[in-house]
Amino acid sequence: MHRRASRREFLLAAGGVAAGLGLGSIVAVTPARATPAEMQEAIRRVVGSATINPGKVKLDLPPLIENGNAVPLIVDVPSPMTETDHVRAIHVFTQKNPQPNVASFHLGPRAGRARVATRIRLADTQTVVAVCELSDGSFWSDGADIVVTLAACLEDGI
Amino acid sequence: MATALINVPARARRGEIIEIKTLISHTMETGFRRTQVGALIPRDIISRFACTYNGTEVFRAELHPAISANPFIVFSTIAVESGTLEFHWTGDNGFRVTQSAAIVVE
Amino acid sequence: MSSSRARLGAAALALAVAASAYAAEIPRAERRSGYDFMSRETRAMQDDDTANPGMLWVLEGEGLWTRKTGAAGRACADCHGDARASMKGVAARHPSLDVRQGRPVGLEQRINACRADRQGAPPLAYESRELLALTAYVARQSRGVPIEIAIDQRTQPFLDAGRTIYHRRQGQLNLACSQCHDDNWGRQLAGNVIPQAHPTGYPLYRLEWQGLGSLQRRLRNCLVGIRAEPYEFGAPELVQLELYLMWRARGMLFEAPGVRP
Repeated sequence: MHRRASRREFLLAAGGVAAGLGLGSIVAVTPARATPAEMQEAIRRVVGSATINPGKVKLDLPPLIENGNAVPLIVDVPSPMTETDHVRAIHVFTQKNPQPNVASFHLGPRAGRARVATRIRLADTQTVVAVCELSDGSFWSDGADIVVTLAACLEDGI
Repeated sequence: MATALINVPARARRGEIIEIKTLISHTMETGFRRTQVGALIPRDIISRFACTYNGTEVFRAELHPAISANPFIVFSTIAVESGTLEFHWTGDNGFRVTQSAAIVVE
Repeated sequence: MSSSRARLGAAALALAVAASAYAAEIPRAERRSGYDFMSRETRAMQDDDTANPGMLWVLEGEGLWTRKTGAAGRACADCHGDARASMKGVAARHPSLDVRQGRPVGLEQRINACRADRQGAPPLAYESRELLALTAYVARQSRGVPIEIAIDQRTQPFLDAGRTIYHRRQGQLNLACSQCHDDNWGRQLAGNVIPQAHPTGYPLYRLEWQGLGSLQRRLRNCLVGIRAEPYEFGAPELVQLELYLMWRARGMLFEAPGVRP
């Protein structure tokens, strides 16, 4: 595995001032992180060869977030959640985090409602994808684009 | 010593869908961060969370480093009967925390 | 009659002089907490005690409050009873004068002084989990209380010192706190809005830290941000700054434990 430099460390090396205040030029580099292909691969590992249709699952994320360390996320699938018609699982993936998996939530008829909330980390502005698996074996997905900004006056250097 | 904050209604009507909020203190060290001198900080996360209701698992989550520090998970379950809800967090380095909450269902 | 009128006149003059000295301050009607500059989602995180990560430290502090410690084998509760009553308003009035030391101390220092004097316990390290938990628990009891810092001739010199630091250009960027937080609040800096720097929510959960931290920790971040040498934890300069900032925020409601980006 090649060394993966986080965006934060990279900015520190380039000159803490620039990192802290966004001034001056930040040397262009390609930080190592997951690619859209790796995200697709991670999705395939969970879903197998089944077709994934867009729809049913709803991914709720703020379009602009002040800090990528704690992004509130809600996944919701409108479903009667009966024995014969319910959501078995909801999986969340990211496109540009160092690795694509975020979480897998396993539900079932006892859940009453197919709705889960959590807080996730996003390394950069990117797309988040949710895939849900229904009791009939079908898979459905939703994606959301989110812009991540960075606070000024960081701690780096102490 | 991990502190956990669980929010479960103490009472519910039979068949009511109740929302459960859980928050536990944990750094969720990703394993991708490095120290100032470049040494990799090893991964240390909670990787699994499960809720059982009078012994039956009603919710389970597999967590990865992308889950924020001090993991916050909100989910629902149907108030089927009075009893005990147990919450289990497990993770790296033998991390294992269990907490429970009683519920009265009428 | 005329002498009391003269006294009133003198008092009015003194007030006018004092007011003009602080003319650069943000007018009270325009004072806004950092809370107001945050996104809806981050505000929601602070408002919900079941989702606010800072509450984990408050919960831990609640446990520490009743734990016997030190050579005296005493718990905070043994002297102070129920914190919800005894600690109400305390955090909103700190830093405050420690008569014995002859200078103002912050809440963390007050707790450590209590440990030394009353419990015979060693001081807790700054930013240690225990000290943060106790401070968070005590601070939580002041939520909703208006900040009120008592200034008299004993504390005035420290307030003036804090105010001087706040207005002094520092660091490689040669910036003074006032230039961002008095003159440019509300504008963008590196993708985020510059707040007015009122310490209404400390100790708070900073998303950037992924943990709870004190005002002193945040002030050190600010100093690093302008590429100045940060004062050590517990340094008199930090307490003076804390005193000035809390005084500058007087009348605003305390929010601890806050959540900030």
